Amino acid sequence: MFENLYLVYLAPLMGVDLILQGLFIGALFALIAYGLALVWGVMNVKNLAQGDMVILGGYISYQATLWGYHPMLAMPVAIILMFGLGWLIYALIIRRVVDRDMFTSLLATFGLSLLIQQVLNLIYGPEVKVAESGFGNFQLDTFIIIQNVRLYSLLIAGALAIAIVIFMKKSRMGQAIRATAQDARAARVLGINTDRVYAFTYALNASICGAAGVLVAMIWVIQPYYGIVYSIRAFIIVTAAGLGNLPGVILTGFGLGAWENVAGFMFGAEFAVAAVVIMLVLVLMYRLLQSYRVRQVVR
Amino acid sequence: MTSARKLDLRVYAGLILFGIITPILFPNYTSQVAVMWLMVLMAVTWDMTGGQMGYNSLGNVIFFGLGMYASAVVQISMFADVAEYTASFGAMYVEFTEVQYFTGLALGIVVGGIVATLFALLIGPFMLGLRGPYFAIGTLGLAVAVAELIAGWGYVGAGSGISMPVYPGVAGESTFVWYILMGVTALLAHLFVRWLYSTQFGLAMNAIRDDEDKAEAMGIRTTRYKVLTWAASAFFLGMGGAIFGNMSGFIEPLEVAFPTATFGIFMVAMALLGGKGTLWGPVLGAILFHIVKEATWTYLLGWQWVALGAIIIINIVYFQQGILGWAQDKWPAAFGLTVDRGPGDQPTGDTRPEAAE
Amino acid sequence: MTVSRRNLFAYAFAGIAAFGLASGSASAKVEGDTIILGSAISLTGKYATNGIHAQNGYEFAVKKINDAGGVTVNGKSYKLKVTYYDDESTPARGAQLAERLINQDGVKYMLGPYSSGLTKAIAPVTEKYEIPMVEAEGASRSLFTQGYKYLFAVLSTSEQYLASSIELAAEVAKNQGKDPSEVKIAMAFENDPFSLDVRAGVVDDAKRFGMQIVIDDKLPRDLSDMTATLTKVKALKPDLLVVSGHSKGAATAGRQIQELKIETPMIAMTHCEAADVVGKYGAGATEGLLCPTQWAETLSYSDPLMGTAAEYDAEFKAAYPEYKTVPYQTAQATAAVMVWADAFERAQSFDPKDLRDALAATDMKTFYGGIKFSEAGNNIAKPMVLRQIQDGEYNVVAPSKWASSELRYPRQPQY
Repeated sequence: MFENLYLVYLAPLMGVDLILQGLFIGALFALIAYGLALVWGVMNVKNLAQGDMVILGGYISYQATLWGYHPMLAMPVAIILMFGLGWLIYALIIRRVVDRDMFTSLLATFGLSLLIQQVLNLIYGPEVKVAESGFGNFQLDTFIIIQNVRLYSLLIAGALAIAIVIFMKKSRMGQAIRATAQDARAARVLGINTDRVYAFTYALNASICGAAGVLVAMIWVIQPYYGIVYSIRAFIIVTAAGLGNLPGVILTGFGLGAWENVAGFMFGAEFAVAAVVIMLVLVLMYRLLQSYRVRQVVR
Repeated sequence: MTSARKLDLRVYAGLILFGIITPILFPNYTSQVAVMWLMVLMAVTWDMTGGQMGYNSLGNVIFFGLGMYASAVVQISMFADVAEYTASFGAMYVEFTEVQYFTGLALGIVVGGIVATLFALLIGPFMLGLRGPYFAIGTLGLAVAVAELIAGWGYVGAGSGISMPVYPGVAGESTFVWYILMGVTALLAHLFVRWLYSTQFGLAMNAIRDDEDKAEAMGIRTTRYKVLTWAASAFFLGMGGAIFGNMSGFIEPLEVAFPTATFGIFMVAMALLGGKGTLWGPVLGAILFHIVKEATWTYLLGWQWVALGAIIIINIVYFQQGILGWAQDKWPAAFGLTVDRGPGDQPTGDTRPEAAE
Repeated sequence: MTVSRRNLFAYAFAGIAAFGLASGSASAKVEGDTIILGSAISLTGKYATNGIHAQNGYEFAVKKINDAGGVTVNGKSYKLKVTYYDDESTPARGAQLAERLINQDGVKYMLGPYSSGLTKAIAPVTEKYEIPMVEAEGASRSLFTQGYKYLFAVLSTSEQYLASSIELAAEVAKNQGKDPSEVKIAMAFENDPFSLDVRAGVVDDAKRFGMQIVIDDKLPRDLSDMTATLTKVKALKPDLLVVSGHSKGAATAGRQIQELKIETPMIAMTHCEAADVVGKYGAGATEGLLCPTQWAETLSYSDPLMGTAAEYDAEFKAAYPEYKTVPYQTAQATAAVMVWADAFERAQSFDPKDLRDALAATDMKTFYGGIKFSEAGNNIAKPMVLRQIQDGEYNVVAPSKWASSELRYPRQPQY
C-alpha cells in the first residue's frame, strides 16, 4: 500500500489519471443510479433488475455491431426499445407490487433480474461480448491517456441527465411525476392518473438503463451475469446520496468511481469491491449516528 | 392452546418420521434431503428477524460463511498449520485419524456457531439501528464486504479456498452423518424458535415488527431484543454452515461460503413462499422450494433459472402472504385461531400475514 | 371436518416431500449396449463459456467413437453416452451433483467438470465412492498432492501454464546481455483457485531466476476493469506482464492494454483463444501477445481415430461451424473421453476398480499429445506450449522443440 502511495508521489500525474478514469466510470454509475433514484423515489420500488436492464441495453448495441452498424447508432434504438419494455414490465409485474412493502418489490425485481439474465444467456450464450467503438484515444502525458469513448460517454451521460432535469421541470408529465412523488394520494385526488405516471417513470428508468448499457458495452465487456455489479453500485449511490437528491446522486457517483479506482490501486485490485461496500456500510453508520443524535433511544 | 400444540406435535412427528424413513427407503436421495434440511434451517432462522421482527436481512449468509470458515480453521489448526495447508501451490496432504477428525468436527461445529453469534453481537447494535430498506441493503453490503475480505486473506487460502479434511470412515457413510447432523440442527433450531415465540421475548419481537417506536415508548429495550434475536439465528446458521462446509468437502469464499445471490436470496424467497411470520411457513416454503428447484434442475436443464425467476415473480406478485398465510386466512380454525376473540393463544403471535414496514 | 383437515395438513409435509423426491430411480452404469459416463459441467454461470467448449469436446469424442463402432468389451460392442448436469459454475452445486450422478443415476465412470475449483469440489466425492474420474479441465497442482487414487487428468498442471514465459523472458534477457535477475515482472491474477495456482508457478520460477516481482494484483471475480493495475504497469515499466483470469480476464486485459497503450515488451496471458481476443480487437492491437496452450492444431501429434491435430481441428470445425479456432479446452475434453474408451478396451471389464488400474496404466499417443499418468494422476507425457499472436495468427514459439516461428521481441502492437 505504501509503495503504491510512493508511486503516486513520484508521478503525481498518475494520480490525476487514476482519478480521471474513475470520474469517467463514475459518470455512468451516476446515470444508472439516477434512474434507480427515480423509481425508488416516485413509486417506492427498489429495482434489483437495474443492472440487468443495463446489460440488456449493452446487448442491443452488440446486436447492432453484429448487423454491421456502429454501436453508437444503437443508442436511440435502445432508448425506445427499453422504454417499451419498461412499460410492459410495469404492466405485468411492477403494477402489482407498487403499493406493497419494500421487500416485495426487491424480490419481484430479483426474479425479473434472473429472467433477463437467462433469456440473454439463451439468446447470446454466456460468452463475454464487446461492442468496439473504434473511437481511439488521445494522450496528454505518458500517464494520462483518455479513451475518447469514455469522454463521449461522459458527455452523453451529462446531456441525458440535463435533458431529464428539464423534462421533469417543464413538461406536463414531469410535473405529474414530481407531484406523485410528493404525495401519490393527493396527486390522485387532483386528477393525475398515477398509474400512468408510474408506468412512465418505470419506462423512463428502463430507457436510462438502456442508454447506459450501450455505453457500458463500448467501454467494458458485457456478459449476461454482469448486471449485479451495476445494481449494487446503483444501490450504494442512491443509499448514500439519499432520494430525490439529484446533485447528491451525481456527486456520489463520481466519488464512488474515483474511490473504486484509487482503492484498487492502493490496496490491490482484490480489495476494490470490498473498499466500495465498506464505504456503503460506513455511510449508513454515519447516518445512523446522526439520527441517534436527534432521537432518544431505549437500549 | 391444546389444538395448536397437538397440531405441532403431529407435524413434528410427521417430519421426524419422514426424516428417519427417507434414508432407509431412498438411501440415494440422502444428500439431497440433507440439503433440504439446510434449506429449512436457513428459512427458519431468516424468519426470526425477517418474519417475526420485521427486519428483512439480505446478509444472513455472513453467519453461514463465518461458521463454515471458523470450523474449517479449527478443524485444520488442531493438527496442522493452516497457512501451509491452504497454500495454493503444492498444498500439503494431512491424513486425519478418526479420533482427530471427529473431535475436530465436533469442536468446529460448536465454534462455527459461536463465532457467528459473536459476530452478530458485534455488528448487531450498529446494523439493527438501520430501518427498512437501509437494513436490507446494509446487510447485503456487509455480506459482500466480508466475502471479499476473506477472498483477499491468504491465511485461509484467499480465493483458492480450502479442501476440507476427508471423512475417514467408509464410503457412503459420511452422507448419513451429514444428513443426521443437518436434520438434528434444523429440528433444534425449529424447537428453539417455537419455544422462543411462545415466550414474552417472542411477543416483544412481534411488537417491534408491528410498531417499533411504540414498542420503544412502552419501555421495551428494542435494541437488546433485536441483537439477541439476530445472534440466536446466527448461532444456528453458523452451525449449519460448519456442517455444510464439511459436507461439500471444498469451501471457497464467494460461491460456497457467502453466496449472496443464491442462498442469500433463497432463504428469503423460501420464507416468503411458505408465509413469513408463521411458525411452519418457512418449513413448508423450504421443502417446496427445494423440491421445485431439484425438479427443474433435472427436467428443465438450461431453463431452470428462467423457471426459478418466474416462480419467484409469481409467488411475490400473486401469493404475497405465502401458502400458510393464505391458508391461515382461509381456515383460521385449523390453526387454532379463533377469529372473533382475537389471537390470544396461538404460538405465532399474530394473524396478520403482512408485517408493517 | 376440521379434525380431518388438520390430520391432512399434518401429514401433508411428509407426503409432498416424499412424492417430489422419489420420482426417478437409480439406473445402472451400463444400459443395454450403452455405457453411461457422467459429468457435472458449467452450462451457466461464469465458467459457462469454457464449460460449453468442454461439453462440445466430450460430445464430439462420443460421436466419433460411436461412429467408429463404439467400445468393445468382452467381444460385445458398446456405445458411449454422457449424462450431464449443470453445476452453475459453483463448487457447492458441483459436489452435490456428483453425489447425485453416483447415487441416483448410478454412474460409475466420471468425466471432469470445468475449472480447478469445481474439480477440487468433486474429487473428494468420487474418491469417497471409489469412482474413477478422468478430468480434462482442472489443472490446479493441489489436486495432485492429496493422494487421490481415482483422479486422472489429461492436461498439464497449472504451474506450467506461464512458467515457459518466465523462461523465455530469462532467455531474452541473456541474449541482450542482461542478467535474468534484472527482469521485472508484473502479475495480475484473478482471485480463483486456477489463477492463483498459475500465479504460484510463476512466483516459483521467478524466484529460481531471482527476478523481481514489482506488481502482484489479484483481480476480483466480477472483474470488468483493470485500469488501476495497468496504471501501475505504466509507472513501473516491467519487462514482462502476466495476466490470468479465464475468458473474461483475457477479454478485459486485451481491450485495456490496447486502450492504455501499455508498452511492456512482453505480455503473456491465459485463455486468449477462448476469449477470441484477435477476433474482438483485431490483429494489430493483439500483436505479440503470448498465450500458453495445452494443445495447438499445428503440433505434430496424431492417433488412428482422430488423425493428426490438424485433422481434428478441421473435423471439429466442420461439426461445429460456430468455431473459428478450436480452443484447447475442447481438445483435451475429447482426449479425456478417448482415455476412457481406451481403458474399457484394455480392462475388458465394467468394474470401477479394474478400470482404475487400467487407467493408471494408460500410455497412449493421441492427437492431443502423449498421455501417461504419474502416481498422483496428472499427465506427464505432454508439455505446455507457448504461442505468440503474430499478424493475427497463433504461432508456437516455445519450447524450441515444437516452435514453428521465431519469437518477436519486443512486441510491436499497433494501437
